[in-house]
Amino acid sequence: MASQIPAIEITGLTKDYSVGFWRKRMRRSLDHLSLRVEEGEIFGFLGPNGAGKTTTLKLLMGLIFPTDGTANILGRPIDDISMHRDIGYLPEHPYFYDYLTARELLDYYARFSHYPAEERRVRVARVLERVGLASAADVQLRKFSKGMLQRAGIAQAIIHDPRLVFLDEPMSGLDPIGRHEVRDIILDLKTQGRTVFFSTHILSDAEMLCDRVAVLHEGKLRGIGSPGKIVSLEVQAMEILFEPVENQPLPSNLAQHATPVGGRYRMEVPEAELYRTINDLRSCSARILSVSPVRPTLEDYFLGLVERKPNAPVEAHAQ
Amino acid sequence: MSNAGQKRSLWLALAAIPLLFAALFFLQARIDARTRTEAQAKEELLLRSPAAIEKMSLGYNSLLADIYWTRAVQYYGGKLADENVHFPLLWPLLDISTTLDPKLLAAYHFGAMFLSEPRVGANRPDLAVKLIKRGIAANPGNWRLDADLGFLYYWYLRDYGDAAAAYLAGSNTPQGPAWMKFMAARLDQKGGSLETSRMIWTQVYESNSDPKIRKLALNTLKGLKAEQDERELDTAASEYRQRFGHYPASVAEMRGAALLHGVPVDPDGYPYVLGPDGQFELNPHSSVAIPQEPKTPPRPAAK
Amino acid sequence: MSAMPGVVAINTFREAVRDRVLYNLVFFALLMIGAAIIVGQISIGIERLVIVNLGLTAISIFGLVMAIFIGVGLVYKEIEKRTLYSLLSKPIRRWEFLVGKYAGLILTLVINTAFMTAGLAVALFYVGRPFVRSDASILIAIYFILLALALVTAIALFFSCFSSPMLSTLFTLAIYVTGLFAADIRDFGALTHSSFIKTATSVLYYLVPNFHDFNSIAVAAHGESIPFALVWQNTLYALMYIALLLVASSAIFSRRNLK
Repeated sequence: MASQIPAIEITGLTKDYSVGFWRKRMRRSLDHLSLRVEEGEIFGFLGPNGAGKTTTLKLLMGLIFPTDGTANILGRPIDDISMHRDIGYLPEHPYFYDYLTARELLDYYARFSHYPAEERRVRVARVLERVGLASAADVQLRKFSKGMLQRAGIAQAIIHDPRLVFLDEPMSGLDPIGRHEVRDIILDLKTQGRTVFFSTHILSDAEMLCDRVAVLHEGKLRGIGSPGKIVSLEVQAMEILFEPVENQPLPSNLAQHATPVGGRYRMEVPEAELYRTINDLRSCSARILSVSPVRPTLEDYFLGLVERKPNAPVEAHAQ
Repeated sequence: MSNAGQKRSLWLALAAIPLLFAALFFLQARIDARTRTEAQAKEELLLRSPAAIEKMSLGYNSLLADIYWTRAVQYYGGKLADENVHFPLLWPLLDISTTLDPKLLAAYHFGAMFLSEPRVGANRPDLAVKLIKRGIAANPGNWRLDADLGFLYYWYLRDYGDAAAAYLAGSNTPQGPAWMKFMAARLDQKGGSLETSRMIWTQVYESNSDPKIRKLALNTLKGLKAEQDERELDTAASEYRQRFGHYPASVAEMRGAALLHGVPVDPDGYPYVLGPDGQFELNPHSSVAIPQEPKTPPRPAAK
Repeated sequence: MSAMPGVVAINTFREAVRDRVLYNLVFFALLMIGAAIIVGQISIGIERLVIVNLGLTAISIFGLVMAIFIGVGLVYKEIEKRTLYSLLSKPIRRWEFLVGKYAGLILTLVINTAFMTAGLAVALFYVGRPFVRSDASILIAIYFILLALALVTAIALFFSCFSSPMLSTLFTLAIYVTGLFAADIRDFGALTHSSFIKTATSVLYYLVPNFHDFNSIAVAAHGESIPFALVWQNTLYALMYIALLLVASSAIFSRRNLK
């Protein structure tokens, strides 16, 4: 399925917005973004709110026009409308015609792919099932919750089996079960050989799903690569959780580093000191509950980026 | 950024706009050419009932009055431009304007002029009187409307008694000027005379700023002066005949008899022409015209 | 021409129906029933005149309100609610979307007017009058009303491509009123002595859509005939002006950044 032509090729893409009413100033929302996504990849587009993720997606969808730079999708320039037959797009916080039912909405969108009536009926039923809206198929969208709208949005993005799917914050507004289902859908798309490009500020999703990620901050690309590569996943420390013998004080060398958590203690030690610590614990008959490596997550990487710029908006909270 | 095909179609689209406007221009001209002739063939005002229009104006009657008054002026002006002497819609338009806004003084003042003028108006002084009386009723204390009424009675209807009453009423208003009382007294004593006419027209000339009316007043004043001159010249010619038994053959003969000094000229500077029967007449080149007796209005004045 | 505008048009019509826009027909029906009953009792000889005048005026006003108030929201609502975002990711061009929205509202107006026409016919029948040939004038007058409504809709759509519904409504109404009085404005200019005003008023006259020519209500009410030339001239005029506005709207909207 993989071809020579990249699924997405972005070169120097830049977008300036004018802000202010009287004295218009330009604010750069996206600054010379260049990246390439291969066909068949799940590509995560990471960054805190306001990093330029949505701007990038809207540029790619032709909703706004770039100040500078170019982009090709499936080998065709982004203003080539024919390319839209092969892509699907879930906007951020999607909203749809609330006077339609989910079934009618999807039938409406399917019409743009010129399917005959019977095929539309089959496809709509199938995709409703896929996103878990089968039971709400004939409910008007004005009665939908945010999570249901999100599911309807994903449904319209994949109803025509596009080769490339763009999802802007697909997990937002979903409960843990819904989130899990969306992960499954994305992984499914990958097994079908589709390319998925999704943006998120929820990093565990990206960590779990993506072949590669790009990190965007204040409109600039800060890193691109596999989730493992983008941050060094070397073990920084070992975390030990233990329960001391009742009514027996901890030896001072342990008590210094351990923090009580409920009736238990938690402590982090360098990898080299692991065995010595375990021996200490054994000597005071403490019960070791777990030993696990401490690795920096994308969250840490992310917060690190934000903290380097003191005035940057710190909205990149982990879930 | 845009690909070539899209750019081209955008330019094509933008080029289409002026072309379409040009086509619309010709089509509109064509539609107008027909509707114009139709409009001339039948002249009608859809809604003629001032009361109905007032109800339909939804409280915006004073604005609507202004619109109708503007239409009345346009109608009058348009007819004059076409040298048309029939003004069937003038009264309805004025009627509607002044019903919608009874304080629209311009509509009374100018409207009465348009209605009553025999040569450059509808020759309906009766309707003009009706209009002005309505104005006086709605605007008590406004001496200018009384002056207008007096003028209408005096000049167009030759009704000196009513004219005097109107001037007297005006002089009794708080701001009524003294000359109105004088005018009333004069009319009571002497009725119509050239001198009174000149006084009244002088007032019209001085109290109006509208160039059309001032021109009308000026022309009338010139005509009145000429009428005065002719009367004096005719008297001189009669005297010549009494003295010499025949009419003078030339102005020079009259000068020789010391009945004239110099060459008598009209207000435009053209010498008067002496006829064979001793009657002086205006020079054919002169634009001065003696005011004619207004024709009898088609209907009696509505009171 | 692709089928895309048609898909959008049908959906726009469906939106109008689901938003209960056609409920105005109930008011129209009540108006016609009331008028027919009252007129039948109090006026003799002018039943037809009153019913036709009232019916055609109501058709025009109801349609005008719909054309303006729905028209100014056609594009704005889709941007504001972001329903346009997912739509434009489908293989549809922006001008196709515009034309579709426009056609959808026109479809709504045509169907609405058709129902009102039927209501008018019933009311005329009720006041006890057989249909005659001169009634064709009524149908032509309704056709002219529809042409005017199509033109008003195009104006509303044009403004809604770059301004808020509030302003678009104002602009559209201003153009409509100016268009109604276009001839008066020109005649007024012709009477002045200023050549500048003369030029300005006649330029304005040819620039704004001349809605006066689309009003044949009085002619129809009096049972007079409408010249055939006016039918094709008005049709051509409306079509050209609408084309012009749609082209301009597309040019503006295709270049617009959607927030």
